[in-house]
Amino acid sequence: MRDSLRQLVLTRFREFVREPEALFWSLAFPILLSVGLGIAFRNRAPEVVHVAVVGDSARAGPVLSALARSTGLAAERLSEGDARLALRTGRIALAVRMPAAGGVDYEYDDTREDARNARLLADDAIQRGSGRQDVVANSERFIREPGSRYIDFVVPGLLGMGLMGNGIWGIGFPVVDARRKGLLKRLMATPMSRAEYLMSFVISRFVLLVIEIFLLVGFSAVAFGVPLRGSFLQLALICALGALAFGALGLLIAARPRTVEGASGLMNLAMMPMWILSGVFFSSENFPGAIQPVIQALPLTAVNDALRANMLRGAGLPVVGPELAIIAAWFVVCFVLALRLFRWR
Amino acid sequence: MATALAIRDLCKSYGDVRAVAHLDLEVGLGECFGLLGPNGAGKTTTIEICEGLTPPDSGDVELLGMRWATHEREMRNVLGIQLQETQLSEKLTVAETVRLFRSFYANGLGEDEVIALVQLEEKTRARVGTLSGGQKQRLAVACALVGDPRVLFLDEPTTGLDPQSRRQLWDLIERFRRDGRTVVLTTHYMDEAERLCDRVAIVDHGQVIALDTPRALIASLGAEHVVTFTADGMAIEDATLEALDGVTAVRHENGSIQLTATELRRTMPALLTLLEQQRIRLTELSTHSATLEDVFVSLTGRHLRDA
Repeated sequence: MRDSLRQLVLTRFREFVREPEALFWSLAFPILLSVGLGIAFRNRAPEVVHVAVVGDSARAGPVLSALARSTGLAAERLSEGDARLALRTGRIALAVRMPAAGGVDYEYDDTREDARNARLLADDAIQRGSGRQDVVANSERFIREPGSRYIDFVVPGLLGMGLMGNGIWGIGFPVVDARRKGLLKRLMATPMSRAEYLMSFVISRFVLLVIEIFLLVGFSAVAFGVPLRGSFLQLALICALGALAFGALGLLIAARPRTVEGASGLMNLAMMPMWILSGVFFSSENFPGAIQPVIQALPLTAVNDALRANMLRGAGLPVVGPELAIIAAWFVVCFVLALRLFRWR
Repeated sequence: MATALAIRDLCKSYGDVRAVAHLDLEVGLGECFGLLGPNGAGKTTTIEICEGLTPPDSGDVELLGMRWATHEREMRNVLGIQLQETQLSEKLTVAETVRLFRSFYANGLGEDEVIALVQLEEKTRARVGTLSGGQKQRLAVACALVGDPRVLFLDEPTTGLDPQSRRQLWDLIERFRRDGRTVVLTTHYMDEAERLCDRVAIVDHGQVIALDTPRALIASLGAEHVVTFTADGMAIEDATLEALDGVTAVRHENGSIQLTATELRRTMPALLTLLEQQRIRLTELSTHSATLEDVFVSLTGRHLRDA
């Protein structure tokens, strides 16, 4: 490597390592986030739904004991007033009443999944308690396999989000800062090669990227058993291509602004829609079909989809080909535009 | 004298503002040349066009026989440049900064040599962020010197520095010059131009309004001293003052009167006698040897500082 390029790359590392905040946000933060989410969404015993039997009529006792026998329910007896409050605040999902005319009355919010679930479980328990026999015999087996849990879904998302944040911030911020300080202009006054200057960012991002992947993927594999079903080399390739695309996007955003404030506005403008739409924390398929073409064309959606396909489904390159094409297109377009628009002084 | 820098009919406008208007200059090889003028006179624009950092609207710049359009790479390698208000990366140490800049040049001085030149040996391993203003400025000059340039451009090198730091920088520039190399600097400090420069161009509104050695410029006032006084009571006719022995010019400024005089020992007694006769009480009186500041005032009617 030419000495000038080596010195520029060293400068990038020094500036990065000597900025403790940057180190924290780009390396430690994604891990902390995965720890938090992993704990919040870890696999535990199937959730128990709280229900209440209202009033103290003679029939309330048998109903309550029938409900208590259901493993998915936690039943209690409440007065009318308490039951209303508990329902409204979501402390219970279902209120069971025994009208004088006979039968049972269920009150619940039919848009809540756990409430619908509680109604089915409660009705089943009450009907069985009253002597109903099953017509068809049944048996049950449970699978609880890594790969389908929330933590498995979110770790590739966090990796994609890290690639985006580090690419855009890690390149955009130092470039705009150097322009604001007049350092870019000062460097232009030397025989420094502009290509080497930009290259130094690419190289330093790549090295940090490898560290980042190892840290996050390694940590989540060890701590949460998040699977790595695809080829690690291909995973690295997806990450590298993603880092290039986001780096080019960062360069494009940093091409003209003279102030860090202006640039960070633009960066948020670019990143915010992707945080929400691109399936970091929840699947992008939740959004209406009308905007799906837009969502699918976003670079973070493509990166996240490719990472999940690799890590969770063990998909090979042919499967993630369309995603890789989208990512590569973002890289080329952003990089060419950035070089055209770049303000060197 | 061979020419290091030739500027012909240079023009540059920013919107409606004409920063440089038909400026011509020649700087000889081995010369220390000063561009002197108030803020906004067009000094920085002129020097940045010479440095190939700002494209001119029209006109021609030739540096060591080369032009920016055709020889950018060669020119960058033989120029040393210090810009106004460059903030070097605060996270790097002095040595790392110098090494980074050295790596851009094909030839140059050793890292330690440059650091010794600007007397920052004790700060070699200190982060740039911890340096004082004067030390940062010397580091900026070190970055300009590290490529062992043939021509050195300095834009307001001592602005905002304490007197000691200024003197250290002056020594540095003089040492560089003694090797027969060329320096072009801008300043709005008279004493700096008088001390360092072989020739000075006084620039105002983007044009050269006077060009000569500092001594000749001062001599052009026709007098070597300036007497400033404030007096109570009745005004004195200018004609009366001009008639005083040795007075060559009279100017009014902020309620005080300035006389330019060839010889103080003739003018002072005459002035005091005049005031005595007219029963005017003197509230303030000062004299100083004429400087480039006085040249600027006599040319433009304004001071360099508040112009």
